Amino acid sequence: MKKSPMQLLGTGLYYAVALLLAVVFAGPFVWMVSSSLKPANEIFSNPPILVSDNFSLDNYESVFEKAPFERYMLNSFIVATSVTVAALLLHSMAGYALARLEFPGRRVLFMLIISTLMIPFYTILIPLALLVRELGWINTYWALIIPAIPHAFGIFWFRQFFLGLPSELEDAARIDGASRIGVFFRIALPMARPVAAAMAVFFFLANWDAFLWPLIATTRQEMRVVQVGIQSFTGEHGNAWEEIMAASVIAILPTLILFFALQRFIVDSVKMSGLKG
Amino acid sequence: MTATDVKQRTAEGVEPRGIARWFSGLNRDKLEQAVVGYLFVLPDLIGLIVFMVGPMLMALVISVTNWKLVGDPQFVALQNYEALFTDPKFGASLGRTFLYTLGFVPVIYTLSLGMAVLLTRKSRGNTFFRTVYFMPVAMSLVVAGVIWRFMFDPSNGLINVILSGLGLPTSQWTGHVQSAMVAVLIVSIWKGAGYFMIILLAGIQDIPSDYIEAAQIDGANRWQAFRHIIMPLLKPTSFFVLVVLTINALQAFDQIYVMTRGGPAYATYTTLMYIYEKAFREWNFGYAAAMSVALFAMIFVLTVVQVRYFRAGEVKA
Repeated sequence: MKKSPMQLLGTGLYYAVALLLAVVFAGPFVWMVSSSLKPANEIFSNPPILVSDNFSLDNYESVFEKAPFERYMLNSFIVATSVTVAALLLHSMAGYALARLEFPGRRVLFMLIISTLMIPFYTILIPLALLVRELGWINTYWALIIPAIPHAFGIFWFRQFFLGLPSELEDAARIDGASRIGVFFRIALPMARPVAAAMAVFFFLANWDAFLWPLIATTRQEMRVVQVGIQSFTGEHGNAWEEIMAASVIAILPTLILFFALQRFIVDSVKMSGLKG
Repeated sequence: MTATDVKQRTAEGVEPRGIARWFSGLNRDKLEQAVVGYLFVLPDLIGLIVFMVGPMLMALVISVTNWKLVGDPQFVALQNYEALFTDPKFGASLGRTFLYTLGFVPVIYTLSLGMAVLLTRKSRGNTFFRTVYFMPVAMSLVVAGVIWRFMFDPSNGLINVILSGLGLPTSQWTGHVQSAMVAVLIVSIWKGAGYFMIILLAGIQDIPSDYIEAAQIDGANRWQAFRHIIMPLLKPTSFFVLVVLTINALQAFDQIYVMTRGGPAYATYTTLMYIYEKAFREWNFGYAAAMSVALFAMIFVLTVVQVRYFRAGEVKA
């Protein structure tokens, strides 16, 4: 079917706007990678050089020489993974109990849990810092992991999922004599994989990207996470933009890989955060 | 008929066997549910109480003391709060926080909505464009701030080079009082737009397409369909997005810390930046806690107003 001039104009306009936006959103990524590969004298060349004959990985080498980025990455990885695993386990259990099990005080507990969503992080920041100091957790993984686990959002989403899940399979297992705990771990939890995947991405990203809390909870260099590491790197190597860009690429590589590998789950987790209870 | 059969058979199946028969009074299952229920909720509940509810209450307590890093904290009643009223730095930081919010919320909402609408068009390339707009979600605010600070370099940064290439005026960006806030806003909007686009897109896709088609059969053009069908039906999603955006804006920190540290000349010095410095640079926990409680109270009121406004709008529509 032939398109009318108006339709062609519409299509043209669509692609013009869509492409312009694509340049705005992808441009900084491209520029970051390009700059990270350039020698220092080409960083601010005018006109700008996108692809240089002098591309090399030298900047990456000097980043690892000047700062223990491998340690920062390891710290971030340990923290983000631990929080994610613990959060998935605890929130799925709590969500299941609140959705499926009858016990006195269930509604009150749920309301209490949900009401913690109103507590903003900046208000608990100071007491939390004092608490963690009191516990002797400053400069330990505990300080970075434990306070990040409790999260009403995670409990809420597992509860929503289990409320919507037909209980036939669980009932059948109960009839076969399985315990409540057995039913949860062997029947219900495996079925919650789609929510669990989206939640896992949510918790991993949130904790990999966390900055303010690690900035306060750690002071020693070997306990820095990657976000704090990169910020202090820019402070200590203020003008070496080619190295700072290489450090930035290193810092976002894991999440960028995650983004392209698990995009469906990331989109799911965002949609979930947008749905109203 | 068969249904009753099944029911009877199931009822037999439930009948406990062996030693369990001993405990098979009314409450065996109820007891198990209660025990397992509390067991499952308890770890999270303890976590939330120790690391959220407790600290929230502690913040109120700390805010009425003169708690500092050294020395014993003393009860000072409402002195910290009184001091807030006469602290010009606090007032100015609030002003900047609200300025940031006013610059952030309408622009990012309009942009996200525009992108979501753009992507509802049935076109090749939709998936690609969606992925690209969404990409900044894979980047932390810290890294976004770092990259943009590099691109905003006043002398030869990429942005100024492009602007002057197009014959447009350049700017000092983070280096000047009048443009620093704009620079920070651009980064925040760039970083977040794709995220809220996805939420709004999901909201638009939930609208039954018959509604839009029916309107188009009745002669409505695309704009009219958007204005009179999509927008009203998208209202709950829009409302949610606006509330979340406002809350986010009022606690923006990472990108500001990385890009300007609140400067130049306090041009981007928001309340959270002030709280952070009071508490963790000057170690004045009492005063900083009072600021955080005051900010929370203001945001709480603002959210309630937003909810009221939204509800009122609902009744009218």
